[in-house]
Amino acid sequence: MAADLSAARAALEGVPSEPGVPKPDPIVKGDNITRTFGGLKAVDVEHIEIQRGVITALIGPNGAGKTTLFNLLTGFDEPDDGTWAFNGTALGKVPAYKVARLGMVRTFQLTKVLSKLTVIENMRLGAKGQRGEKFLSAAFKSLWGAQEKANTDRADALLERFKLDAKREDFAGSLSGGQRKLLEMARALMVDPELIMLDEPMAGVNPALKQSLLGHVKSLRDEGRTVLFVEHDMDMVRDISDWVIVMAQGQIVAEGTPQSVMADQRVIDAYLGAHHDSDITEIDIADLEKAAEAELDEGTKP
Amino acid sequence: MDFAVVIDAAFSAALGPQAIVFALAAIGLNVHFGYTGLLNFGQAGFMAVGGFGLAVSVVTWDLPFWVGLIVAMLATIVLALVLGVPTLRLRADYLAIATIASSEILRLVLGAVEFKGTFGGSNGLTGFARTYKNLNPYGDGVDIGVVSFSKDDLWSITVGWTLVALGCVLIWTLMRSPWGRVLRSIREDEDAVRSLGKNVFAYKMQALVLGGVFGGLAGVFHVLKQASAVPTDFNTTFTFYAYAALLMGGAARVLGPVIGSILFWFLIAGLGSFFSQATGGTDPLIPASIMTDTQASLVRFIVLGLGLMLLMILRPQGIFGDRREIAIDGR
Amino acid sequence: MTETTQSAEHDNHLAHADGAVLRADDLIAGYLPGVNILNGADLYCQPGELVGIIGPNGAGKSTLLKALFGLVKVHEGSVKLKGEDITNQRADQLVSKGIGFVPQNNNVFPSLTIEENLEMGCYQDPKRFTERFGFVTDLFPRLGERRKQRAGQLSGGERQMVAMGRALMMDPSVLLLDEPSAGLSPVLQDEVFVQTRNINKAGVSVIMVEQNARRCLQICDRGYVLDQGRNAYSGTGKSLADDPKVIELYLGTLGQKED
Repeated sequence: MAADLSAARAALEGVPSEPGVPKPDPIVKGDNITRTFGGLKAVDVEHIEIQRGVITALIGPNGAGKTTLFNLLTGFDEPDDGTWAFNGTALGKVPAYKVARLGMVRTFQLTKVLSKLTVIENMRLGAKGQRGEKFLSAAFKSLWGAQEKANTDRADALLERFKLDAKREDFAGSLSGGQRKLLEMARALMVDPELIMLDEPMAGVNPALKQSLLGHVKSLRDEGRTVLFVEHDMDMVRDISDWVIVMAQGQIVAEGTPQSVMADQRVIDAYLGAHHDSDITEIDIADLEKAAEAELDEGTKP
Repeated sequence: MDFAVVIDAAFSAALGPQAIVFALAAIGLNVHFGYTGLLNFGQAGFMAVGGFGLAVSVVTWDLPFWVGLIVAMLATIVLALVLGVPTLRLRADYLAIATIASSEILRLVLGAVEFKGTFGGSNGLTGFARTYKNLNPYGDGVDIGVVSFSKDDLWSITVGWTLVALGCVLIWTLMRSPWGRVLRSIREDEDAVRSLGKNVFAYKMQALVLGGVFGGLAGVFHVLKQASAVPTDFNTTFTFYAYAALLMGGAARVLGPVIGSILFWFLIAGLGSFFSQATGGTDPLIPASIMTDTQASLVRFIVLGLGLMLLMILRPQGIFGDRREIAIDGR
Repeated sequence: MTETTQSAEHDNHLAHADGAVLRADDLIAGYLPGVNILNGADLYCQPGELVGIIGPNGAGKSTLLKALFGLVKVHEGSVKLKGEDITNQRADQLVSKGIGFVPQNNNVFPSLTIEENLEMGCYQDPKRFTERFGFVTDLFPRLGERRKQRAGQLSGGERQMVAMGRALMMDPSVLLLDEPSAGLSPVLQDEVFVQTRNINKAGVSVIMVEQNARRCLQICDRGYVLDQGRNAYSGTGKSLADDPKVIELYLGTLGQKED
């Protein structure tokens, strides 16, 4: 199994560092995905491929469209245009809950643990295919009792792995920010996803907890899952990602290994602002005014 | 002031058929609002459909009583589907608007003179309760000193509280199951539930139907206990009384709606009797300059309303509710 | 960022901050009690200066700006306007004292016309309207041409103009801008930077938080680079623009690429 896992990473070695580059074994492929909000193109991705079995980081400055892309891929938002597929199955009009059932599960930037449920109840909620969740069998415990027990055992094992077992009976609302992130990750694993998409898993987590979270994300890949995460913490990105996709202004501007991406001029431009070769104090103001007028006239609604 | 009369009035109402109607309706609302967070402001509409479903089947269409009951229950399911399909994918407020509108439409249509042939106009329908009355095994009423019930009322109480008890057992088994867990999660955060692969729309629909059926059952019981189906009974006051009962007892708790309903009617009837006596007769306890006897019948509502406000401010989870789990979130 | 650079930054600040029109000393601030986003940040702006605040995500740039304007609770430290302590004073009080603020989002009233939006800008002193309206429309002629248009129908670039114009209606001595170029196309971003420079040249001191670090550093007199709620680097715009340490802060150590 270990050989297969590092094979996935090794497969990335020959892949050129170009935006939208095809991958040797993609779990997700997408074309021409666009989403506009009030005149602004929030997402404008020509081509995207996520390699199976590795950790891919999705980075970019604020407003680059990362979370919007997440929402589109997982069915939480509808694109203006575009097609994409998960393991060959075309998504696009597929509602969010079905996407999750197919094996593509996401977490949220602002954690969505159910604070009025206990930790163990949160975990049980995540399990797939529960007979007890069907209305007609719900009233008869004998029909779902055994399954519930099996799910609970699996949940307890995961809680132990994520060191939340002591909090089993506490309401999730009493957990700290970092603990909620852990719970959301553990709960997502109850769904047994093939691709797990983490939206800013490190945001708001105190430094002491960060290392252990990093370890957990790595273990997800080591057990054969594919991980895609959005992050701003560059150290984390460099530490654990096998591949990095950089977005800016809604488009993918660069891809590659963490090392190649950090040194890529396009990425530096994306973060620090483009026009690294021009100085605004030296540009022709009259030309700028004309160009700006033209753009504004274009954008103005009748 | 004869307190025995006050107590009798209070207990008669609290344990009598009126409280049962609201207990059933409140159980339904508990499924909607307490457990799932659905804003149904038209429970009266479900009650109307249930009550008139039975009445019309037996009186207008000449069907047997038991078939009438089935028609009543099917009608409430249809109403739930009609309301839910367009609104449950939208924001919560849309269901609220749709349910108020539909219950008012039903009340007005059922009482309209144009449909007098089917629904009996503003007088409604009678003559469908014979089968029900004939099943009554009690020879006599009962008088246990503190309270007394007639023979008919005693039968209604027996049937009614049995229904309530069965209903509570059903709710209890459902809500402790994984299905109930999904509902409570939907109440808090639908997107979280979707991200775990559950079809949120389907669950909300099931909850709407289940709660609606309890509403329909309340309506059936209401028309049977008084042996007549009158459209004006099914007004918005019905719905809001049911909410008051639910919130007093504690939403999202199995016994909350039942205890709330008993307490609600205990207070309404008790206060009513108290104020009526206090302002009645030749030498009233409260002089006519402060309160006349016609005003007395309204004062109880003022007092109860103030009490409800205080309850919502000081103990919003109601009697049985858990503060951490409270269904109404002020934020 | 080492302890020595931190205290060197602080000493530098204390040496030069006298006479500033707006200064912040050792700010510890945050939205929730106990969770501090700013951990001892300093800033000053001399009259007539254009000061930029840049830094990676989560560094506390917007929080610093909001702390200057009373929108974020300052737990420790002080904010002074022309020597007067204004720490934690309400934003409306600060407007009357001469501070203008342009938020990043929701910065116009969409159901009001451009003219009405600008009227709202001098709400505290309506008599100034005619005079200031003239000033703002000289700066942004487009707004004058379209004065009766509803702000909700404007494009992002025009909205930004309305927002900036509105903040200028009270003739502030200091203008605070929160990421004015956010969400705009490159051409319109440049337009915003040019306009900001013009406003500054007209005598308004400007403190701007920016994502577009390059352009910001090109127009500002002095800049601050924040990291984790404190000052990492500061200097003239030009010196920071050429400093490799700034890139390092955004993208991690450049040294890694040399293996």
